Amino acid sequence: MFVTPAHAQEAQPTEAEGTHGTEAPAETTHAGTEVPAEGHQGGFPPFDPAHFPSQILWIAITFALFYWFMKRTAAPRIGNILDARRDRIASDLDQAGKMKVEADAAVAAYEQELAEARANANTIGQKARDEAKAEAEAKRKQVEAELDGKLADAEKRIASIKASAMKDVGAIAEETAAAIVEQLAGKASKADVAAAVKAVAK
Amino acid sequence: MAAADKVDPIHQFHINPIIPIHIGGYDLSFTNSALFMVITILVAGAFLYWSTAQRALVPSRLQSMSEMAYEFVANMLRDAAGSAGMKFFPFVFALFMFVLVANLLGMFPYFFTVTSQIIVTFFLSVLVIGTVIIYGFWKHGLHFLNLFVPQGVPGILLPLVILIEIVSFISRPVSLSVRLFANMLAGHITLKVFAGFVVSLSAFGAVGVAGAVLPLAMAVALTALEFLVAALQAYVFAVLTCMYLNDALHPGH
Repeated sequence: MFVTPAHAQEAQPTEAEGTHGTEAPAETTHAGTEVPAEGHQGGFPPFDPAHFPSQILWIAITFALFYWFMKRTAAPRIGNILDARRDRIASDLDQAGKMKVEADAAVAAYEQELAEARANANTIGQKARDEAKAEAEAKRKQVEAELDGKLADAEKRIASIKASAMKDVGAIAEETAAAIVEQLAGKASKADVAAAVKAVAK
Repeated sequence: MAAADKVDPIHQFHINPIIPIHIGGYDLSFTNSALFMVITILVAGAFLYWSTAQRALVPSRLQSMSEMAYEFVANMLRDAAGSAGMKFFPFVFALFMFVLVANLLGMFPYFFTVTSQIIVTFFLSVLVIGTVIIYGFWKHGLHFLNLFVPQGVPGILLPLVILIEIVSFISRPVSLSVRLFANMLAGHITLKVFAGFVVSLSAFGAVGVAGAVLPLAMAVALTALEFLVAALQAYVFAVLTCMYLNDALHPGH
């Protein structure tokens, strides 16, 4: 329906160009296009080839500009922003990792020092304990030796006292025996009594 | 005429010259369509430019949006075409942002939807396929044609498979452009039709107004759907672009 006038329009410009027409033929074609455009009001504008050249020209111009803007400005800028953010995050993570390593090293050093200190304390304590023990042992030995000496003296004294006491025991026994004999059987010689006591004591 | 225009769902797609330009017999006028192309790149460009102007290490909300769009497209491209595909990143990002912003701007009442013009979407998809073909031949020479020869196909089937591959390759710019165009066009027409019902029914007094509630609810629901479609189609366009670029980078796979 609208294809035929379209062909007519396309045919006309070529003729106009052929005759090297300036403004006048162009105006004529324009007038020609207007009539069918008004004519198929009920037609379908997107399929009307009369508008194709203008649409192509302007979409080409606008899209070229937009592409140029994208390539020159928008895409690199957003790309840079995203890259900067990615770098920043990566470097921050790096730094955090480094700090963590440092912190871990510090903790390890602290632990080691703590362990050393504990070991030192143990050895010092052990040494002190050993020394105290040795000292106590020495003192105890000395005291024991003293006590042993005293004990020996005491035993000696006891022995001597016992010996002298035992000696006295003989005399007492003789006197007692003599007294008892005197009471029972009259006088008894001192030598007989001593011999009898001796025999009994044996 | 004006009343009819209001209900006419096609009226929104009419192209009206704002500054008539005629060169060599071609109508190159600065039209309402061209105006919205300019608005699209200005909005998208200004958003990307101003939201990232501070280059903040901790992004503001707007900067986050720009960064999310960037990373979204970058991941899409990297997943589809590998890190070698990143040289096309500005192209894919520009396509994605252009289509997205054009689609979203089209959701404003009285705004022209650039992507509802088949020639615009066709231009963009030809740009994609042209990039694929030119880069493919420039990088791989005739090895680029391996794209049409899948590996592991029995010899007897090969001619058929090659034919299918070639047809599918040729249909790519068509499907790419028609998908976007048809989605935007159909959505806007449907929206306009239901909105038109609301207006028409309201003319019939109280009963009409009561009856208009239904198409109004439909129009509201469709508006939400259209926002989804606007974003989704931009995504689909970009992801297909990435896959086609992958063919240009690794034709043999």
